[in-house]
Amino acid sequence: MSSIPLLTSKAFGLTVERLCYQLIEDHGDLEGLALIGLQPRGVLLARRLRTELLRIIGKENLAYGELDITFHRDDFRHRATPPQPSITQLDFMLDERKVVLVDDVLYTGRTIRAGLDALLAFGRPSSVHLLVLIDRRFSRELPIQPDYVGKWVDSIGDQRVTVEWKESDGADQVLLHTANDGSRDTAIPQGTSAGR
Amino acid sequence: MSATIQSEQLSVEHLLGIKELTAADIELIFRTADGFKEVLNRPIKKVPSLRDITVANLFFESSTRTRVSFELAEKRLSADVVNFSSSGSSVSKGETLVDTVNNILAMKVDMVVLRHPDPGAAVFLSRNVGARIVNAGDGTHEHPTQALLDAYSIREKLGKVRGIKVLIVGDVLHSRVALSNIFCLQKLGAEVMLCGPSTLMPRHIDSLGVKVEYDLDKALRWCDVANMLRIQMERQKGDGIANFPSLREYAMRFGLDLQRYERIGKKILIMHPGPINRGVEITSQVADHANSIILDQVENGVAIRMAVLYLLAARIPRSTV
Repeated sequence: MSSIPLLTSKAFGLTVERLCYQLIEDHGDLEGLALIGLQPRGVLLARRLRTELLRIIGKENLAYGELDITFHRDDFRHRATPPQPSITQLDFMLDERKVVLVDDVLYTGRTIRAGLDALLAFGRPSSVHLLVLIDRRFSRELPIQPDYVGKWVDSIGDQRVTVEWKESDGADQVLLHTANDGSRDTAIPQGTSAGR
Repeated sequence: MSATIQSEQLSVEHLLGIKELTAADIELIFRTADGFKEVLNRPIKKVPSLRDITVANLFFESSTRTRVSFELAEKRLSADVVNFSSSGSSVSKGETLVDTVNNILAMKVDMVVLRHPDPGAAVFLSRNVGARIVNAGDGTHEHPTQALLDAYSIREKLGKVRGIKVLIVGDVLHSRVALSNIFCLQKLGAEVMLCGPSTLMPRHIDSLGVKVEYDLDKALRWCDVANMLRIQMERQKGDGIANFPSLREYAMRFGLDLQRYERIGKKILIMHPGPINRGVEITSQVADHANSIILDQVENGVAIRMAVLYLLAARIPRSTV
């Protein structure tokens, strides 16, 4: 088991800041925009983006929500145990809003598909864009592509990418974990992993 | 992260009674219900989880709340639903329970929600047919989803169930709600006291580890929550002898009116499983009091039943055809 840092603390900060400026470039003063973080790990990125965006544009508030997609997943009854729900916190309708859906790692695209399905329960947004910190390209199982990307990663199936946060894990960093060959310990550490 | 071990799936394949559940099962149902409660506050209150599941609601006994609650729960999970009630069916032509259910299952039904006047009907069915059974009340035995929503409502209002003192008042003898509540509350660490006429108190009920008190005023001073059971008129006539002289006398000794409520001198939550006989178990002033959570119980019923159906459906193997 070896871990390579993909983004260290400094680069991590710069990447998040760049994503903020890209959003501002496309959406101006962010009126009509709604930032929606996907539970459980996407909300950590969404919260950071919200703080940074408000600091940069000097505003007090930004339409912001957190969305749990558990009941919209396509793997119910395909797994040994049923997925457990997290909290959805979305107290406004999305009608006519420009939604930016936020997740930490884009891998198969299935979470995003479920997220798009779950969004429909809150109205009809005028557009939905996808922002991810890490895009594990070449591993998509559905035709879903991000609009804003922190970093592209070319990784193979048994590798794992985890995003760690200062608030919950002690440091801002992105790690690529590679399992060693079968003769040695190939256990993947649990805990801070994004579960991808 | 909390250090307690959380279970990720139910230990049972059917929900036949609270007695068979573990405390971890109940906690899992509550956590899942939290998620569904949020879904029920969305503009669109529907999720696709059970869209490949068909549920039959088999009601061999009258019911309003439970039937509507189950049906809404099923529809909000996107399950296909068929309803059956015994009146106007082939049951009146002498068909047996197993035959009736097997005929319905032949139409590819995955889950059965059963309400039946005979204790043990749900257990019997689970042993004889190939669908998942949810007991929606079997005679005087158990009514598990009612007990779950009662405990869930207490947890919601008081923040916990452990250590809470719950009083169950009334017709304990005929009450499946009482039995399921005793099991559920005890598994979650609450204290339970029963109160009612001695003729409506089952013998040896104290062997379940509950307190028994025949003076309602004393009992009310002890408790944090009072669950006022319905007098089951339809089950009183068993041996031809009345269990209490008159409804009026029952109401005077074991009914809760505003005067008696205010005499307690502290805030206690008022619960009732419904349907209320207003003026018997509780008066209108108490039923509609700010500390009455009767309608919260009904609201939580849908989320709890969604959680139960969702967690049981998760254990149904996918058909490979």
